[in-house]
Amino acid sequence: MSHTLAEKLIAAHLPEEREVWPGELVEVMVDLVLSNDITAPIAIREFEKLGVERVFDPERVVMVPDHFAPAKDIESAEQCRAMRQFARRQGMTNYREVGRMGIEHVLLPEQGMVAPGEMIVGADSHTCTYGALGAFATGMGSTDIAVAMATGRIWMRVPETIRIVYHGRLQRWVGGKDLILYTIGQIGVSGARYKAIEFVGPAIESLSMDGRLTMANMAIEAGAKVGLIEVDDTTREYVDGRAMRPYQVYQADADATYAQVIEIDASQIEPQVAFPHLPENARPVSEAGNVPIDQVVIGSCTNGRLDDLRVVDDILGGLQVHPDVRCIIIPGSQQVYLDAMREGLLDDFVEAGAAVSTPTCGPCLGGHMGVLASGERAVSTTNRNFRGRMGHPESEVYLAGPAVAAASAVLGRVAGPQEVMS
Amino acid sequence: MKLRGQVWKYGDNVDTDAIIPARFLNLSTPGELAPHCMEDVDPSFASTVKSGDVIVAGENFGCGSSREHAPLAIRGAGVSCIVARSFARIFYRNAINVGLPILECPAAAGDAERGHELEVALETGEVRNLTTGRVFQAEGYPPFMMEIIDAGGLVPYTRGRIEAGS
Ligand code: SF4
Repeated sequence: MSHTLAEKLIAAHLPEEREVWPGELVEVMVDLVLSNDITAPIAIREFEKLGVERVFDPERVVMVPDHFAPAKDIESAEQCRAMRQFARRQGMTNYREVGRMGIEHVLLPEQGMVAPGEMIVGADSHTCTYGALGAFATGMGSTDIAVAMATGRIWMRVPETIRIVYHGRLQRWVGGKDLILYTIGQIGVSGARYKAIEFVGPAIESLSMDGRLTMANMAIEAGAKVGLIEVDDTTREYVDGRAMRPYQVYQADADATYAQVIEIDASQIEPQVAFPHLPENARPVSEAGNVPIDQVVIGSCTNGRLDDLRVVDDILGGLQVHPDVRCIIIPGSQQVYLDAMREGLLDDFVEAGAAVSTPTCGPCLGGHMGVLASGERAVSTTNRNFRGRMGHPESEVYLAGPAVAAASAVLGRVAGPQEVMS
Repeated sequence: MKLRGQVWKYGDNVDTDAIIPARFLNLSTPGELAPHCMEDVDPSFASTVKSGDVIVAGENFGCGSSREHAPLAIRGAGVSCIVARSFARIFYRNAINVGLPILECPAAAGDAERGHELEVALETGEVRNLTTGRVFQAEGYPPFMMEIIDAGGLVPYTRGRIEAGS
């Protein structure tokens, strides 16, 4: 029988050989289990209640200090310490400390800890990022992750799939972030609730791996369980020589059954901005009107990769950040930081008047390194603009890709790249 | 088991940053989190909610992050159960896992208003609005999930399985 990519990936991870269908509750064997400095402490607490001494495989349990790390206060330092001590005790080989780490969803693909065809669960909602590699990857809570750490297994419901086809060629300055904001604008923040998404079509094929990771990252913002992109030459080029484990490639069957098929003419999509306080409030940046801003944040698991920083440099390089704006640029990992430094991007950013930080989630969740005051507005390349997400409940977040963020930093208001580049 | 309490009513897409803002994620026990539950959207909630009260909401309750702090904060505040039109996927799992009862029941969610008195029978999924006198039937849980709930959450359920050697 014919199956979607999500169904095939789940079936491939069952203890027994059989097909699966949407709606079934199944237990899957996982390839990697992830948590971070916020979710790991609770996961460890629950793990210890299970009566198990060791994690199922110390090479396949990963913890990353990224949210409030480098520790922003004493409580955060305690959380990081609890995680670090657990990782040492368990002999976890893929624990990366501050100075060698990155934001988890930038770090794991970059370091080859995740690969196509795998089953990955993480105590972080943006675990769905690895769907860009053709892996089934989904976020869960700490208790689920505790059970997966102990047993290497977890239950899940086989999701229906929405197939979204992006036709046409992308306009200049339009990237993965614009495609996904546009899509969420179309289907809404619960448009794919409980479902898998397959992103397909020529416009997806034209995206770099970084752009694809951005798209899959925000599948959760439409409520999806995972956002999948099929493996092609771009994926193989990225993964080969990186992946820590041999991998397998799965493909959707041509006549698989979908809950919905959405066709989008991607050539008509302009650079997007999502207005407060939901990611679905997307509109073309040319229709933003005059929205003055106080801060620009460029980074996060959505847009903290090298391609993103290159786009920022194309616009910001040689110009100055607007005098009323604080522009904070956060490379997503040590490797991204190093690459950006070697390419001279960081010089350009600092000369433009931007602050460049060590990798951290920091401002993305209103943690540290750029929390907003009451009434302040930020353009941010992050993924959520819920009320209070980046600080005071009366602050506002406008989500955009790196091109719009850089242009906005220069002009001091929500602005499109064409306004700066013309 | 019958749960009974007053309704706290919210709209669609109540996100995890609304339930427990990220600035409190350096805390992790229900007792520490509860005083900050719903702080940014309903500042009076945490100080006036009474043990047994029920949260009623629209579509996609609990969307956003995977933070288990959200159902823990709600449970810590004394809320006995959540009735909504629908729940976000991760929140749904988390609530079941930490032993916070949640029911999908669009009709009951539409009927209830703040301050109404609700009575919820978990076994049958019957939601009774004692103020309006109307009775509703919520979606039942699949048998597998019922086993988790009966065991008292995913950890005791899994522990039982590990001890039984399966
Ligand atoms: S960058 Fe933001 S969205 Fe991504 S993992 Fe960190 S806090 Fe979560």
